[in-house]
Amino acid sequence: MTVASTKQPRHAAGPLYALGLEGSANKLGIGVLSHDPATNQTTILSNVRHTFVSPPGTGFLPKDTAKHHRTHFASVCAAALRDAGVSPAQLSCICYTKGPGMGAPLTSVAVGARALSLLWERPLVGVNHCVGHIEMGRVITGASNPVVLYVSGGNTQVIAYASQRYRIFGETLDIAVGNCIDRFARTLRIPNDPFPGYNVEQLAKKGGVLLDLPYAVKGMDCSFSGILAAADVLAAQMFAQDKLLAAGGALKEGETRITPEDLCFTLQETVYAMLVEITERAMAHVGSRQVLVVGGVGCNERLQEMMGRMAADRGGSVYATDERFCIDNGIMIALAGLLAWETGFETRLEDSTCTQRFRTDEVHIAWRED
Amino acid sequence: MTAAATTTAPQPIPAPVPDPSPPEPSIHDFPLPSALLHPSSEPPTLITQGAEGRVYRTTWVDAGRECALKHRPAKPYRHPVLDARLTRHRILSEARILQKCRREGVAVPALYGVDEAAGLLALEWIPGAPVRVCVNGWIARRKERRRRLADGAVGDESKAQEGQDNSEPAVVAEVTADEEGADVLMDLLRRMGEAVGRLHKSGVVHGDLTTSNLMLRPWEKGKAPSNGHAETEQAAEESLDGEIVIIDFGLASQGTADEDRAVDLYVLERAFGSTHPKAEGLFPVVLDGYRGTFKGAPVVLKKLEDVRMRGRKRSMLG
Repeated sequence: MTVASTKQPRHAAGPLYALGLEGSANKLGIGVLSHDPATNQTTILSNVRHTFVSPPGTGFLPKDTAKHHRTHFASVCAAALRDAGVSPAQLSCICYTKGPGMGAPLTSVAVGARALSLLWERPLVGVNHCVGHIEMGRVITGASNPVVLYVSGGNTQVIAYASQRYRIFGETLDIAVGNCIDRFARTLRIPNDPFPGYNVEQLAKKGGVLLDLPYAVKGMDCSFSGILAAADVLAAQMFAQDKLLAAGGALKEGETRITPEDLCFTLQETVYAMLVEITERAMAHVGSRQVLVVGGVGCNERLQEMMGRMAADRGGSVYATDERFCIDNGIMIALAGLLAWETGFETRLEDSTCTQRFRTDEVHIAWRED
Repeated sequence: MTAAATTTAPQPIPAPVPDPSPPEPSIHDFPLPSALLHPSSEPPTLITQGAEGRVYRTTWVDAGRECALKHRPAKPYRHPVLDARLTRHRILSEARILQKCRREGVAVPALYGVDEAAGLLALEWIPGAPVRVCVNGWIARRKERRRRLADGAVGDESKAQEGQDNSEPAVVAEVTADEEGADVLMDLLRRMGEAVGRLHKSGVVHGDLTTSNLMLRPWEKGKAPSNGHAETEQAAEESLDGEIVIIDFGLASQGTADEDRAVDLYVLERAFGSTHPKAEGLFPVVLDGYRGTFKGAPVVLKKLEDVRMRGRKRSMLG
């Protein structure tokens, strides 16, 4: 990441405004936010989101998602500015997601960001998506220095802050937890609207039998691909049972009737127990009692409940937000970008690229003291 | 294709408030496992609340034998069936692996007793401090030393300004291999690598190697290798002298796969970097120590490079 030559902190009388543009996955989120460097007070002025929802049984493909973002970019952006009542001239900077994420959607939004930057003559700030989630979570919940569990469709990381970096203590060794849940929803042909994880959660609330799934924790890391494969095998057994029963057959003696509800219940109980376990390990390791859950999976109530019990056991508490801030949005990009901007950071137009691979610990968190 | 749009009314969010409960790991009250309520046992002290469970310092059978009692309480957040399955499996596996290590001569705590239904494991008490504390202590002493040097320079009026400017970054700079005093730290790191190597040689993979799970046990009187090691306790701490004892086998497994061994090293490497960012650059010394411990070690280290590359979303640069 390139840094402007003048790394002088920027001060202002009164609040600074920023526009945030996010489109690393299937959500196009644009929002306006203000932050007052003197009082450290943040105000959300608008938070508009438009989601690309693919039909049941399918996932969102980069090509279609990018097209969705291009189609709706102008209207969502206009709505965000209108809701906020802020004119482009008032903006200090235009913040966009530099990565990580899917290439084609990222590119669409980066192109949009560049166009706005040239059109309105406002500087650009490229933002790490994960850092955006963390900063938004900290501001919304007021947690000052928590261990962060960042769980979404593309990322699963346990993060703790040290010496101006968000350091990754544990992460998935293969697929993200949200990806595991989304793909299992696809196996069961559960609708993707509003999002697959929500529908899995609703089904899980009706389940109660814990089926046998593997449990894969390695130190502070975990793995989900084997669990997905095992869950798919159970789902195939269930479909076979459906077929058998529909044909007038009967189950073998002692065979459990597998239901979608129990499958979702089992999947949730297993993967969330793993996530809580690795988070607890990180908390024990760094000696922290605060835990912040961010990312799309973070708005799952069962995960929040389990995390809350664990934190209470350690004499601490869990900080979580609702879908407005958990799920990808523009204001989190605006916030992380504006905080960087205030420390003197800027992304020049020729450097305003995006990247699918951008580790959380690559970002220098200049706005936090050691 | 459907769409969902959300808007929120502007509302100021106050600045984040500092953590009301400081992260100081002061231990609050838990119900004690029944083994510790027995009138004949010594009053136990809670040593740590790890992720896996709680460790109490108490005595075993007679008052003179110190013991670490590891209690894995039920995790209320976990489904009871899953929890019972995991606890039982982990306790028994930990006990078996400790026995295996003992047999093979790897430095681990002795196993005194197991009660897998109650979630209890009684282990030998290891004196000394975790390597994490030792390394951080070394780094803190180094910082202090450098600060004193810098203050000395400030005392000289003519160099006051200059001295402060030049020394400040040096105080917080990363530890390098050739700097003064780094040899004791490097020696400790080498012994860490050797300890892990011996563990792997015996057919055990730890699963959660961190500098918190490696203890530095001071040499017992008369047992120290006879090549001029420190005598007093203070000197022992300063010199980072002693034997590395590996603890907490809660996630260990038996196996000799190079892949698993490499992941073990990778976990240690990452934990080391996150826990001791200042000394991150010295980690290759650990691997050097590991290399010489058994025949298959070079293959494992080769595999470690693959594991590193595979780490998710690694930067594509370099």
